[in-house]
Amino acid sequence: MAKILLEMKNITKTFPGVKALDNVNLQVEEGEIHALVGENGAGKSTLMSVLSGIYPYGTYEGDIMYNSEVCKFNDIKDSEAKGIVIIHQELALIPYMTIAENMFLGNERGTKFKINWNETSELARKYLDTVGLKDGTQTLIKDIGVGKQQLVEIAKALSKNAKLLILDEPTSSLNETDSKALLDLLIKLKKEQNLTSIIISHKLNEISYVADKITVIRDGSTIETLTKGVDDFSEPRIIKGMVGRELSDRFPKREHHVGDEVMMEVKNWNVYHPLYNERKIVNNVSINVKKGEVLGISGLMGAGRTELAMSIFGKSYGENISGQLFINGQEVHLNTVSEAIKHKLAYVTEDRKGNGLILSNPIKINTTLANLDAVSKNKIIDKDKEYAVAVDYKNKLKTKATTVEQNVGNLSGGNQQKVLLAKWMFADPDILILDEPSRGIDVGAKYEIYCIINQLVADGKSVIMISSELPEVLGMCDRVYVMNEGRIVGELDGKDATQEKIMTYILQSSGNKEVKNG
Amino acid sequence: MDKDQVLGFLKKNTMIIVLIIVVAFFSWRTGGAILLPMNVSNLISQNAYVFILATGMLLCILTGGNIDLSVGSVVCFVGAVGAILMVNHNVPIWIAIIVMIVIGTAIGAFQGFWIAFVRIPPFIVTLAGMLAFRGLSNVVLNGLTISIKDKTGFVNLFGGGADCYIHDFFGNGSLNLTCLLGGIVATAVFVLLEVSGRIKRSKKNYELENFAGFLGKLIVISLVIIVFSYKLAQHKGVPTVLIWVMVVVLVYGYITNNTTVGRYFYAVGGNEKATKLSGINTNKVYFLAYTNMGFLAALAGMVTIARLTSAQPTYGQNYEMDAIGSCFIGGASAYGGIGTVPGVIVGAVLMGVINLGMSLMGVDANLQKVVKGIVLLAAVIFDVVSKRGGKMIAKN
Repeated sequence: MAKILLEMKNITKTFPGVKALDNVNLQVEEGEIHALVGENGAGKSTLMSVLSGIYPYGTYEGDIMYNSEVCKFNDIKDSEAKGIVIIHQELALIPYMTIAENMFLGNERGTKFKINWNETSELARKYLDTVGLKDGTQTLIKDIGVGKQQLVEIAKALSKNAKLLILDEPTSSLNETDSKALLDLLIKLKKEQNLTSIIISHKLNEISYVADKITVIRDGSTIETLTKGVDDFSEPRIIKGMVGRELSDRFPKREHHVGDEVMMEVKNWNVYHPLYNERKIVNNVSINVKKGEVLGISGLMGAGRTELAMSIFGKSYGENISGQLFINGQEVHLNTVSEAIKHKLAYVTEDRKGNGLILSNPIKINTTLANLDAVSKNKIIDKDKEYAVAVDYKNKLKTKATTVEQNVGNLSGGNQQKVLLAKWMFADPDILILDEPSRGIDVGAKYEIYCIINQLVADGKSVIMISSELPEVLGMCDRVYVMNEGRIVGELDGKDATQEKIMTYILQSSGNKEVKNG
Repeated sequence: MDKDQVLGFLKKNTMIIVLIIVVAFFSWRTGGAILLPMNVSNLISQNAYVFILATGMLLCILTGGNIDLSVGSVVCFVGAVGAILMVNHNVPIWIAIIVMIVIGTAIGAFQGFWIAFVRIPPFIVTLAGMLAFRGLSNVVLNGLTISIKDKTGFVNLFGGGADCYIHDFFGNGSLNLTCLLGGIVATAVFVLLEVSGRIKRSKKNYELENFAGFLGKLIVISLVIIVFSYKLAQHKGVPTVLIWVMVVVLVYGYITNNTTVGRYFYAVGGNEKATKLSGINTNKVYFLAYTNMGFLAALAGMVTIARLTSAQPTYGQNYEMDAIGSCFIGGASAYGGIGTVPGVIVGAVLMGVINLGMSLMGVDANLQKVVKGIVLLAAVIFDVVSKRGGKMIAKN
């Protein structure tokens, strides 16, 4: 048996209110490709952040043993010094610098006062050759494609003397050919340089192709480790490990209020990326939602769900949007957010801190922001009325705060989510699009949010719930669309839906069909 | 009061406390000269432009720490055009006033267009404006000074010079009773509004600040108004320019505090994306901030030439810095979204007092700049560090 390069023992990491990792154990042998799989939010990325020192020693419990010694990393520099290099999902390259400059950023050749550009280019060339990238070292990053950028990242890691390479969804933005090339490169590096890698991916076909071992993480704990040649590496087997949990009573009892009238219908909806106009983000999507229905849109991160919702909501995302939108049977053209609000549409963002709330302002100001006219006369705000409204919603949604004068920045995630819901409920919509309404909040608050959703549909509103958490989709929705890579790839009735079915829809429609099990 | 309350009180009223300390310091060092009626009156007349410009600057800063560097040059340009019209072309005063307002607002709208709709960084647009309008002022004036001394109607209207005071209707010469009466009426109105507001709130069971604090605030502010008007009454009465300043402060104080538009300025600075997704046209908010800045720069331009009874190509230099400094000293956040008109006025008064006090002490003008620079830096450091929970060094 080969030497154990890395062992993570009983790692526990808590964030305020959430236990992200609970006694995780991971063993990686030298010279293997080890895959980490699990649903969104299972804790894969958190685990890798602990390993690479992004969460420094002391902020987590448990030990990291690397080369048989205990590591106490304070930051990413410490872990890199040991040869542990992480490549994030979002590439960290600077577009207007050359490949060589990017590769040695923070690790410059030469002295503090004089960068040795010759050495830089020479070394860059050497590592680019290793990864099989033929472009010149002086090419600007912005001029090469994402696939090549990923190779630059790997070359950069090699230049840091990487012994253990961590790749967080390396192929998520790559096409089939580039993905295949990348995976083959990892295998080649393993064989030639005995390089160990940990790869996080949702693309199970790729994982079965490239990995020697697979560790499944679910709800912050390690479930099992599968070994190639010993265990079954098939997709259904992996999926079972990923989702095989019991649905307990984490959801309130549901009554069905679904009416016959279609509240909103989207037909042949297409959206392109705002910067890269040739990239189609939403591809010919047609969906509808009925009165009193909780409609789920399931899928992985990056499936285009948020983009679909925002493009419907007054074209707040995307370019060249085409398709038809009907509300209450009437075709409407919503070009601005305020038109969308006027047509009784609301979009509750997934990113409550970035796109939803004004953290430096109190609850009452956030509550009324989307419908200020309702608390003002001739554009003059009736502050007493505003206060009353905020208090009313605070009580209705059981928001925990001393007063409505409290800044939302000081509230917990669950309470911030309630303020955000209050804001959009006050805008008096008929259709609410809730984007990941329970992300990052604890179980108790989740339950309360679900109760609010049930109340909304009981009042005759329609709710579209975008969620990456399968149990939540199953526990809450009357009907589920499955979205992947910009397309609707499946539609399920709430009663028939299972986690396996949804996962299968997603995985079967994923692009890289050419990469077959090796 | 427990420790938290004391700390909260100190934090909320830091600049007022600093202002009191600074006034006390200067009245000690100048043997009370800084509190002489004449000097109090001068403080207003000399700094009127700062109050007006700082109020406009606050709106720009609220949108996200954006500043307007061009205001000094716009003040000069608008003043220059007005003086030329009145003196060289004998245009009636009221037409000249309208033209000046229109030009100032148009300049603001022009810059606002690039900033708001084309999204050119405000620093660049207004830097360009600062250069261009300084140059244009020179062109318009041919590099000369134009005196508007004999346009007494204009000079008296916008205050500043020797006789620009509100007429004393009941006066007997020594004490300006109109002024004192005005102060008393203002105090009464203020107390009435506060008390009735509190009664209304308590009837509806809304949250109230504690009674001692409320009473203390009421007494202190009333006293300040009365003493202030008494001081002015001892020296010729209310400078006309004070009326303009008060109108600007009250109107903009009201707008920022009570109107939907005012709310938008804070919202954009607090979180632009969230504001956009709430259906608010954020481009328009930026546009409004800079257009309004142009409008107030025009008003400041009129006040400036009236005070100096002339127009010169060098007027208005560094006015933008006075306005920006007042905002930050007065508690506006350098990142936007936070700041109030009363706060900015306190900031402007603090700067004015430091100026006046040091001049009375005979401190060298260059050293005065050093002190002002230190005060500005200290104020913003305090703001940033206290928001970080007292940690001096930012996390890397």
